Amino acid sequence: MTHRSYLALGGAIFCAALAASVAARAAPLLDQGKLLLTGGVTNAEGASGGGIATWATITGYGDNDGIGGNVHATYAGLRDYSLTDYGAAVGLYNRLELSYARQDFDTRSVGGKLGLGNGYVFSQDVYGAKLRVIGDLVYDQDSLLPQIAVGLQHKEESDKLNAIRSHAFGIRSASGTDYYVAATKLFLDQSLLLNATVRYTKANQNGLLGFGGPKSNDYKPQFEGSVGYLVTKKLVIGAEYRTKADNVGLKENDWYDVYAAYALNKHLSVTLAYANLGDIATFKNQDGLYLSLQAGF
Amino acid sequence: MKLSHLVAPLLAASLVGAVPTFAQTAPAAGDTAAASNAGAAPLPGDAVYKAFHGEEGIQRIMDDFIVRITTDPRIKDRFANANLVRLKLLLVQQVSYLTGGPQTYSGRDMKTAHEGMGLKNGDFNALAEDLQLSMDKEGVPFRAQNKLLARLAPMEHQIVPR
Repeated sequence: MTHRSYLALGGAIFCAALAASVAARAAPLLDQGKLLLTGGVTNAEGASGGGIATWATITGYGDNDGIGGNVHATYAGLRDYSLTDYGAAVGLYNRLELSYARQDFDTRSVGGKLGLGNGYVFSQDVYGAKLRVIGDLVYDQDSLLPQIAVGLQHKEESDKLNAIRSHAFGIRSASGTDYYVAATKLFLDQSLLLNATVRYTKANQNGLLGFGGPKSNDYKPQFEGSVGYLVTKKLVIGAEYRTKADNVGLKENDWYDVYAAYALNKHLSVTLAYANLGDIATFKNQDGLYLSLQAGF
Repeated sequence: MKLSHLVAPLLAASLVGAVPTFAQTAPAAGDTAAASNAGAAPLPGDAVYKAFHGEEGIQRIMDDFIVRITTDPRIKDRFANANLVRLKLLLVQQVSYLTGGPQTYSGRDMKTAHEGMGLKNGDFNALAEDLQLSMDKEGVPFRAQNKLLARLAPMEHQIVPR
């Protein structure tokens, strides 16, 4: 069986087990119990967090005794490229998060200039798992302990990358796994959220240009930080920053964004951001608007 | 005024009932006016108390809050046998105290008050949401609401058994 078939089978077994446990419970499992926006929104890698950073939050509105899930779709229109991604995630008992996202990075006319053909699309699938280890974002207001989670994101570049690996880029692998620790703290007294994440990764441009390169094929720590200000029950605004490695020698830049995340209700959130992804494959200053929708149960 | 007009409300106020939420309603041998029973230290100064429009504002909030929690399908059954008059009294005391107002809280501590009720995380959150709606209705600014919620949130660990 292919890797994807194993995944589909695992997903089917998981859903069947979940359906059985839903039927067996007395209390509603899909309880929408969490307070608004406390599951974060969904970032480009499919994990709950801000727009570009992964947080220690567990996705969905399931409270400590329930589960919740959502689907999301994101479009970022950059200067020379566009990035779309879509996926689904589920949060279990505010403890475990499982996610999938598909990212499509459209090179538009840059593709032609890179010798790949106009509109060449790099795609990758991101499979994520995150475990909340300690702390509670909402309730631990009387201590400095953040909510801390550990997680991984396994990324598989589409098969097409193999065709261009022999290209000048010298990319080592079309798939790889990032490992991270995230700490998120909500200071309700100041209506302020802070996040810091350390990610061990070999990814080039988030994995869209594979993993490792001629300069380095080692895991290195990268940093993601977010701030958020709670304007109303439904609206958070903030900024994020994310460092990147340079394994390939094509000069990667740190990413940053400023964002506004708005929850209409517990079923629908929208995030609007201005994102700057720096230079991508020699094309400078890739910035633009980022729009994401998250719909959940 | 007839004596019976005084007796009825006094009897009502002393009824023992099962009550979840932030304040205990049944007067019990353990009730003292210990400030620590309120479950958290008060906010400094009285800016937040004023943002809640003082005693009158907190009374209005709790009037509205009692209606919400006793009609909220998620938690209304928890209040079936509650002494709502006493509950409201204690809630007003607790919120007045915590927001920097002059009242002291005369109920039991949060853990004792909610013991044996089998409360769930979802119950606590539902109540918090209802409180937010009542504070919204009173026009308490969001920042001030969050300052009170910051004092109340850690009580989840006391109120909901692990």
